[in-house]
Amino acid sequence: MDESTEQLGKQLQERIHQLFGRSLGIREVDAGSCNGCEVEVNALTNAIHDIERFGMHIVASPRHADMLLVTGAVTRNMEMPLIKTYRATPSPKMVVAMGSCAASGGPFLSSYAVVGPVDSLIPVDVYIPGCPPRPQAIIHGIMVALDLLEEANNR
Amino acid sequence: MSFNDGLIRKISSMAERLEHRGELLHVATSRDQFVDLVDIIHKVGGRLVSLHATDERATAESFMMYAILDHDGCLIEVVSPVWDGVPFQSLVPRVHAANWYEREIQDMFGLTPHGHPDPRPLVLYDDWPQDTFPLRKDFDSSIDIPRIPREYKYRHMEGDGVFEIPVGPVHAGVIEPGHFRFSVAGEPIMALEIRLGYVHRGVEKLSETMPYHKGVILAERISGDTSAAHSAAYCQSVEQLFEIKAPERAEYIRTIILELERLYNHLGDISGIALDTAFAVPAADGYVLRERVLELNEWLTGSRLLRSINTIGGVNKDIDRDKSAKLLSHLVDLRLQFERLSSTMMSSVSMLDRVEGTGILSKENARSLGCVGPIARASGVDIDTRRDHPYAAYPDMSFRIPLQKSGDVYARTVVRIDEVRESFAIIEQALDRIPNGSICTEFTGAPIKTTALSLVEASRGELMHWMIGEEEKPFRHKIRDPSFCNWLGLELAVRGDIVPDFPLVNKSFSLSYAGNDL
Repeated sequence: MDESTEQLGKQLQERIHQLFGRSLGIREVDAGSCNGCEVEVNALTNAIHDIERFGMHIVASPRHADMLLVTGAVTRNMEMPLIKTYRATPSPKMVVAMGSCAASGGPFLSSYAVVGPVDSLIPVDVYIPGCPPRPQAIIHGIMVALDLLEEANNR
Repeated sequence: MSFNDGLIRKISSMAERLEHRGELLHVATSRDQFVDLVDIIHKVGGRLVSLHATDERATAESFMMYAILDHDGCLIEVVSPVWDGVPFQSLVPRVHAANWYEREIQDMFGLTPHGHPDPRPLVLYDDWPQDTFPLRKDFDSSIDIPRIPREYKYRHMEGDGVFEIPVGPVHAGVIEPGHFRFSVAGEPIMALEIRLGYVHRGVEKLSETMPYHKGVILAERISGDTSAAHSAAYCQSVEQLFEIKAPERAEYIRTIILELERLYNHLGDISGIALDTAFAVPAADGYVLRERVLELNEWLTGSRLLRSINTIGGVNKDIDRDKSAKLLSHLVDLRLQFERLSSTMMSSVSMLDRVEGTGILSKENARSLGCVGPIARASGVDIDTRRDHPYAAYPDMSFRIPLQKSGDVYARTVVRIDEVRESFAIIEQALDRIPNGSICTEFTGAPIKTTALSLVEASRGELMHWMIGEEEKPFRHKIRDPSFCNWLGLELAVRGDIVPDFPLVNKSFSLSYAGNDL
């Protein structure tokens, strides 16, 4: 078992419990990714990382989500579906832009078929760099998002 | 393999120019003869590898259309001019596999197929202006393209008790975006219509703006889980253009990483099939094995997805003696665990009950649609680029090409299980025989004037990169991901199955959306 995952996960579990009193619902949205990020998001749920044991649950609908995990530079054809998914997510909601493309547009930024990075369409709370980010980096990014939520709650 | 004399005589009688370029037979013909010529090669068993266009108005005063065919191990490139404003005769009534290619040409170049049974847009739809064509050379990427409302018409099936189920583009699982529209009568699926293009990022146009060394980075991001195969195909085509050759050691390292890529993808697909039959134990075990391979990739190369290893002229990372020995011992361990997993899976009655006879793709349909990879091999179509058009170190490797006949989910699972075994064996052979020497040759010179064609067997099947070069960057770069050939197979395979079997059949096809949409 990976120790860094283990440590991060334990910290996360406590934070999630304090903040929500239940699991954190995450909806993943591929807004134009090459599917490299999807490989790593899927790796989060294998028996080695198994994020469910830390109270992180990948949910089937944005209606059940506390957080949107968005990958890819947003394509022209995914602009509307992304905005609709954002609107369908109940507030308060967090948005995490995962991977270089979601954060900055990556190598696709100048394309006619790409609208731009995720924050050009919806507000983003946390950016996770990497192409793709390793599973540990995703968990770390989710933790940073929780920090921000806690700060906002205390304000 | 040599060309059949009778066929050559027939082709040359219709050709304006005929030229042998290494493995490739280049045939230039007139527009009138193009369809007949492709049809003749197709009739004797030629498989359409790609059909694409180029904008050569600056030099040849017309667009050009290229059809690449594979006949009995020989590659034939048929080319003819096409003119702006003059519809070209569609190949589709005679060669069904040309369907999506012609729709793509229509979207990207504004050339209209005449007689195409389904001329709807393929990737640029809804609100894309009808007079803007991205792959034309006079297209300006810097301007904002307006959104002009336009409706995409789905096929409708009507009748008592017929309902439509729309699914996507944002799905319930962690998968890529695509839209599926089922017409059902009760549980059975009467028809499925697949609409893709949501992750169209304009890769081919971008590639025309990228210097070759940056193009490798882009190629790795065409379809993330096929990074090694796409970058290998890209590098091979640039190497062909500049007439350089990767050192033998680099060819071996490429072979090893290509097989590692196949391993983690096949392991994921096999586990996914187990998961979708609700057989959780082997699914969990399988995903652990997949993770082990991803970790192995990172330890060996620094990248879990095997990125930044292929480079023009060779590879960036060497495998030293120490790593080679460790890799071998890891493989032994993985192999044992895999055998346990596959025997658990394939001896379970409840599992077999779900996969046998589900999602059948007939050999006839697989051939007619030009399906490739494990999908084709599970339906009895005996093709594998590693044997038919060997590249990297495959000429030195001995391996078997697993075939099945039933074309159902069972066959696709068995083919993949057998291919995992072969991949283990190929990596072991490559590590055993890897020659000493450098891992990269210098990338210099000027590109040749002719076209470059590179084929690689990715985990999903035959992958093609085709290029016309300029000094600094490609003039035209056509990419054909294996999924592009296999998506329509899924539409046919699910007919008559019940809706709850769709995820299982879909998983067994394991298709890339990003690779398809480009």
